[in-house]
Amino acid sequence: MQIYLPIAEVSVNAFLLLGLGGLVGVLSGMFGVGGGFLMTPLLFFIGIPPAVAVATGANQIVASSISAVLAHFRRRSVDLRMGTVLLIGGLVGAGFGVMLFNYLKAMGQVDLLVTLFYVVFLGIIGGLMFFESLRAIRRTRRGGPVRPRKKHTWIQKLPLKMRFRTSGLYISVIPPVLVGMSVGVLAAIMGVGGGFIMVPAMIYLLGMPTKVVVGTSLFQIIFVAAFTTMLHAVSSQIVDVVLALLLMVGGVLGAQIGTQIGARMKAEQLRILLAILVLAVCFKLALDLLLQPGEVFSISAVVRP
Amino acid sequence: MMRWLAAILLILTTLPLRAEEVVLGLSRNSISIDTTFDGSEILLFGAIKREEAIPADELGVVVAIAGPSQPLDVRRKERRFGIWVNVDAVEVDAAPSFYAVATSGPWEDVLSQVEDLRHKISIPRAIRSVGAPGSVRDAQRFTDAVIRIRERSGAYQMREGAVELMQQTLFQTSVNLPANLTEGDYVTRIFLTRNGQIVSQYETIIDVRKVGLERWLHVMSREQSVLYGLMSLVIAISAGWGASVLFRVLRQA
Repeated sequence: MQIYLPIAEVSVNAFLLLGLGGLVGVLSGMFGVGGGFLMTPLLFFIGIPPAVAVATGANQIVASSISAVLAHFRRRSVDLRMGTVLLIGGLVGAGFGVMLFNYLKAMGQVDLLVTLFYVVFLGIIGGLMFFESLRAIRRTRRGGPVRPRKKHTWIQKLPLKMRFRTSGLYISVIPPVLVGMSVGVLAAIMGVGGGFIMVPAMIYLLGMPTKVVVGTSLFQIIFVAAFTTMLHAVSSQIVDVVLALLLMVGGVLGAQIGTQIGARMKAEQLRILLAILVLAVCFKLALDLLLQPGEVFSISAVVRP
Repeated sequence: MMRWLAAILLILTTLPLRAEEVVLGLSRNSISIDTTFDGSEILLFGAIKREEAIPADELGVVVAIAGPSQPLDVRRKERRFGIWVNVDAVEVDAAPSFYAVATSGPWEDVLSQVEDLRHKISIPRAIRSVGAPGSVRDAQRFTDAVIRIRERSGAYQMREGAVELMQQTLFQTSVNLPANLTEGDYVTRIFLTRNGQIVSQYETIIDVRKVGLERWLHVMSREQSVLYGLMSLVIAISAGWGASVLFRVLRQA
């Protein structure tokens, strides 16, 4: 069934969009990522203009994140206090990020920089996470005692300590604020919610339990994505609500299924799957840079202020 | 002397210099884009009106439909330090979002180069580009790329011999409009040629407009963007919440 999208100005198959939304929703519920990094290229692939894909993706992420976070709330795996601290840092960071983005744009070549940034960053995170979870899985197979992950001692000495009961942490608020800020900067530059950077950062830098991380990440993604949606809707009018609605119907159902799958899996299995996903995206982006494109020319509408 | 000139002018303006004229019919002169819009086909049919015997010169019919024009940025990638990056860009001043040309015979036979230049009928002529920066030497390749990319997506069509001509008097052709159609006035031109020279032309406009829900959403996103953004968020929030409630009910049942 073909549907004409009023803002994107293309006609696409409605069932294709439902499926796409569902797929990204499952990932979102399982790993606590928004899925923008996957949704945008997929939408682009089926012929939606890139700018509309980014903006509408943000709108859909709001829906699937809410759907998934409610499921996590029922399971009490959302650390509201930690989420709020991260969010405050994140919004400040996003402000910096937008300024930095405009500065880079003035210098030109911003697309290339973003992609390079992405490849390096994803490669490191994905690689580290993959080998760490592989070791963890091997250990549990051998039946040895699961060694708790190392905690940085200097982090314990920082002032402004706060108790995060859901995560079982008693740490200074400075590391979470810094993590939130740096993810905010990255998110603004790369144009995504930053969930799949936030999740590893919470596990490895803050030492939060994997199960709590997913819900907490989703909680803060809701606000970041809602903020992005409003920004796009007001400044450039490129949010396609019909497209978003179709993606949402698939997305919210997928998110529920995703949280069910996630709840049945072991933490290290969840981590290794996320690592593989991150590495796959990294690999795909690297290929785009290294291989000769089929068409070296590209066209885009001139945006006149 | 002046009287002679005036007399010639008078003759030129009053006498039908064009001995042949196009009379055109369209299967539809407006297209409504609604939610279920999935491309459209327009049938053009016409007759050639003449008040004298059919001339011996070869007759040709050229039909051109052009969508609204917009400026484009064309970028070219090149390998630098092992990776593919955008190295230069050319701005094309105006390229139609849609362009279809159909002729009654081989291009070289139905239209001379001079006439094409004057009326900008062939696809390369329909694209206007003047502002190539000095650093770009082969600006033509950028315009060629626009044509190549858009021909592949079906937005630009060059169909030689697609106009059916009967008895040198009746002609018909059909043009497929793709599903990703932009709103606007689609200028439709019909040229009648003899030996490659245009003897008559006819111009009309096909009106392509969004209607109903499409129109309402489009206007709202432009004129009440804050409200539109809030509406998108409310939809997202209720969808997320609704799915959560639905699943809880399903699991308890």
